[in-house]
Amino acid sequence: MLVPLSWLNEFVEIDLPVDQLAEILTMAGLEVTKVVHKGAEWDQEAVVVGEIVEVKPHPNADRLNLAVVDYGRENTMTVVTGAPNLLRVDTGKKVVFATTGARLIDSHSSEKKYLTLKPTKIRGVFSEGMVCSEKELGISDEHQGIIFLDPDAPVGKSLNEYLGDEILELDLTPNLAHALSIRGVARELAALTGKKLKEPATKISAKKLLGTSQDIDISGTSNPAFIKIDIIAKDLCSRYSASLIKHVTVKPSPYWLQYRLRMAGMRPINNVVDITNYCMLEGGQPLHAFDYDKLSGAEIIVRRAHQKEKMTTLDGVTRDLDQDMLLITDGSGPVAIAGVMGGEKTEVGQDTTNVLLESANFNLISIRRTAQKLKLPSEASLRFGRGLDPELTIPTVTHATSLMRDLASEEKNLPGVIDAYPVPVKKKVINLDPDEVKRVLGMEFTSQEISDILQSLQFGCENISWEGKDLIKVTVPSYRLDVSITADLVEEIVRIHGYHRIPTTLMEDSLPPQRFDPALKVEEQLRDILVGCGLTEVISYSLISLEIEALLNPEKQLPDSRAYVKIINPITKDREYLRNNLLSSMLEVLKLNLKHTDRVAAFEIGRSYLPQSEGDLPLEPHLLAIGLTGQIYPSSWKRGTTGEMDFFYLKGVIENLLKNINIRDYTFEPASHPTFNPGRAATLILKGEEVGIIGELSPLVRDNFDLPPGTICLSQLSLGKLVELREPVLFYRSIPRFPSIKQDMALVMDEEIPASRVMEVIRKAGGKLLNDITLFDLYQGEQIPRGQKSLTFSMTYQAKDRNLTDNEVQKIHKRIENQVAISLEAHLRG
Amino acid sequence: MLLEDLRILQQRAENTLDDSDSPEELENWKIKYLGRKGELTHILRGIGSLPKEERSSAGKVSNQVKVALEKIYEEKKRYFDEKQYHDKMMERIDITLPGHPIYQGKLHPSTRILRQIYSIFAPMGFQIFDGPEVETDLYNFELLNMPPHHPARDMWDTFYINKKTLLRTHTSPGQIHAMKYFCPDPIRVILPGKCYRYEAITARSEIMFHQIEGLAVGKSLTMADLKGILVEFAHQMFGDGRKTRFRCSYFPFTEPSVEMDIDCMICKGKGCQICKRTGWLEILGAGIVHPQVLKNGGYDPRVYCGLAFGMGPERIAMLKYGIDDIRHFFSNDLRFLEQFC
Repeated sequence: MLVPLSWLNEFVEIDLPVDQLAEILTMAGLEVTKVVHKGAEWDQEAVVVGEIVEVKPHPNADRLNLAVVDYGRENTMTVVTGAPNLLRVDTGKKVVFATTGARLIDSHSSEKKYLTLKPTKIRGVFSEGMVCSEKELGISDEHQGIIFLDPDAPVGKSLNEYLGDEILELDLTPNLAHALSIRGVARELAALTGKKLKEPATKISAKKLLGTSQDIDISGTSNPAFIKIDIIAKDLCSRYSASLIKHVTVKPSPYWLQYRLRMAGMRPINNVVDITNYCMLEGGQPLHAFDYDKLSGAEIIVRRAHQKEKMTTLDGVTRDLDQDMLLITDGSGPVAIAGVMGGEKTEVGQDTTNVLLESANFNLISIRRTAQKLKLPSEASLRFGRGLDPELTIPTVTHATSLMRDLASEEKNLPGVIDAYPVPVKKKVINLDPDEVKRVLGMEFTSQEISDILQSLQFGCENISWEGKDLIKVTVPSYRLDVSITADLVEEIVRIHGYHRIPTTLMEDSLPPQRFDPALKVEEQLRDILVGCGLTEVISYSLISLEIEALLNPEKQLPDSRAYVKIINPITKDREYLRNNLLSSMLEVLKLNLKHTDRVAAFEIGRSYLPQSEGDLPLEPHLLAIGLTGQIYPSSWKRGTTGEMDFFYLKGVIENLLKNINIRDYTFEPASHPTFNPGRAATLILKGEEVGIIGELSPLVRDNFDLPPGTICLSQLSLGKLVELREPVLFYRSIPRFPSIKQDMALVMDEEIPASRVMEVIRKAGGKLLNDITLFDLYQGEQIPRGQKSLTFSMTYQAKDRNLTDNEVQKIHKRIENQVAISLEAHLRG
Repeated sequence: MLLEDLRILQQRAENTLDDSDSPEELENWKIKYLGRKGELTHILRGIGSLPKEERSSAGKVSNQVKVALEKIYEEKKRYFDEKQYHDKMMERIDITLPGHPIYQGKLHPSTRILRQIYSIFAPMGFQIFDGPEVETDLYNFELLNMPPHHPARDMWDTFYINKKTLLRTHTSPGQIHAMKYFCPDPIRVILPGKCYRYEAITARSEIMFHQIEGLAVGKSLTMADLKGILVEFAHQMFGDGRKTRFRCSYFPFTEPSVEMDIDCMICKGKGCQICKRTGWLEILGAGIVHPQVLKNGGYDPRVYCGLAFGMGPERIAMLKYGIDDIRHFFSNDLRFLEQFC
């Protein structure tokens, strides 16, 4: 909302600098996001109020005129103008006059470009100034014609002094419906600065208003002749007030009114529409003007739309209506969608003579819903949609009617206001316990302090005694729809008092039992382990497309959408489903980065989302994904290249990870998964359960994702299972006191025998004195027969209680040799 | 005769010592003259066969020779040792050659900030509590005091799964989960996690982001305590000298509601582009849990008081590191991610 300070000033005295004002409002919850000084760029000397003395034709150009302007200096000035709205008869009209040196916006440029006015010769006539349009002054984009100021504009006065203003831009939260108007902001400011609110009589300066609202009969239903109001949908319309203004002339508004609307962010249309907007901005109550003569029968019926009913709104669009929408109808059908937009049929236009002015209170939910459904947000539906005080309809319609009489009509005799208000709203009363204020805020307030603050906000306060307690009976102003319980009053008290005056304390409350979530702890541990392995953490979108998922399959077959949670209102097609795995996200990360580097080592810890049967929320298992590609180590002048990360590098990372979260008993078994290269993938098995998959990416899938050639390693593990199946308790193992003996053994065997099987046999044969075995060489080639391989192990023998003798070790070593020969037909490499 | 031999030996040994150019040659010299099978030992063996009266003077002389040779050996050895240190220290490498590169993995900046937040709140007794990202309308809105069509729902544009299920727009539904889980015990939890909003992706807004919510429920908590917690947080997160201010704000699930600002660390409060010329940076929203929300969680609002606060780790990271575009966080460009430490 835009609030011109000059307007605000009509309701409350302002004696603070605007920055301070903005801060006070911001601190109290009315956030001022910007302050604009309108007119700051108008040169004090060179942009002034002028008066047209004469308009003459340009001697050399048909489309140009010469304007003789009195601008308060000794001599008038004659300037060339092309303004189409400046006519010979416009003598005596007030204009904005700019002379040499004025900085103006170039009206012929589509972007905001400043020009400094210089004397020029236009078609042979020397011109040292110009009469300005709104665009040139930065008031609006209007540059079809020049501005005509009000007749009382003082000639020669600097425009900055005459029209310059500070505009506050407020970003109001939804609870501040009562502050969505100039008057509403003024009320807040009065409470915050201790100034008195100025009374409505002065809300329009006398010179602009010929009469006051007191002249209008507001006895309401006593004079029902001009319209009959029938509220059928009483739940959606609590009050409907209306007045009739006869013999109007629809024309542009006086400039002060147009300018105010501009400054408040609205576009002037004509005097009738402008007055409804003006009153809405000032008081918060939206109004609607009907062409009275175009209503069928002097009757307004407020009802819900029928199913499949249609109407054409004033923007010329035919709208489909439904039963949740509230309509204003006449004898023949809808004339407006209540609170949202008027109908084309009864729109006020040039030929309108009689205006019916509506000032009503509609249900906020209905208006919000309708405006959203029809995608018709407006200043009016915004205000209705946040809730309005039913007490506002009469003062606003009265005010607007008097303005119309003065600015649009010749008829001074007005028939009054009609008011249908079936169930008047009761005033809300809250019995406030001052102790409650202290309990919540942690700061002492006396009853007097509380009452003073609330009264400054127009709340009624009365000290009462109830069950032996001193309470304050607080009567809530009708426009404070947001206040209904004690907590609301506490907020009012503290925000006016100032949060900076609340002390800062440390909690003295009892400390709840401290329990941590083991799963989250393991997750953090995994992050550290993987970062330690040189992997970088990524976080990718949970939202994906099935098309991306299809790429995980060599045939690009679309997966079954039932395996995914679907968004019904996706923002784009590529973010339509929640992912049920992290693999495609990881491959996207690799792809993105491989455009600028040739090595990526990344991991992600995130959720997958698995749909459940109707009515149940999806499961959200946490997963770990790893993606590796490129060189093991950075190449360097000292080391050269080190080979690329492959299956075994990935496996090393995984084994390290398992070891560091205390998982020892696991196995890897060959896996088959369409995303992975068939012979180079394995399933991780823990206590008989599948925990995840590791492997190299299938070259077909690599092409699907448009990844560059080279090995890509990928893994995905279930974090839930890792947490569940790990050994939660870790026991220390004593450090050996006796020396170990190392011996190597090179074995030749059939190449099909898995290494894990060989190590199992060795471990078993070695018994408990065989402390460790490490495979340090794998050989296949000329030196051994085809179809065989050689594995070389380093065995570490050690006893806990003594020095081992060479003899003992030889015996075990021999035992192993025999056992592998029997079980695996393996023999020592000669 | 023997004495003569000794003198010749001494002369020869002294002469040849000067010829040894290296520690190895010196050691060979020592073995040749002073070793167990060396020449001096050989001569000394002959002493036993000398007449008795010559023995003592021969012994005396030979000992003098031995001491003299050992002395010059030690001197020469010291010379070589010193020379060796000296040579080692005269060695020069090109220290401007690049070091051996090492790959260092990095935590995501959002994780870094989340961890900092955990470590600030943990000592105050706040434990991490987890909740689902796919939520019901009931938890995300209704139980947080936003019945259907409440105007405040406009503050959160929402992705829907169906009419009653949605992607959480904030971590606040976790407040209800926590209250239902812990009731009637006192509560101190922080609720981190991903949230989603139906918004256009721009430099300032994302469809996905993290939030972290704090909730304390107890019998004697106050707004003053809330200020205490948050000022402490601001000092630990942004530096001891940071100024804070509390502004009135609005959240449907807290009443009163506030927002905490810190003085802008870029312009030091003078006003710049980052703080939109206000000198203040908005850090978090907070408030006293609305009585209806406490009730929805099972707590009697006349006896208990709840404190709640929520903030965005990405926003904090952006302020701390001067990141100008929120889209960097989930685009996962390593050139971005690898900058943080």
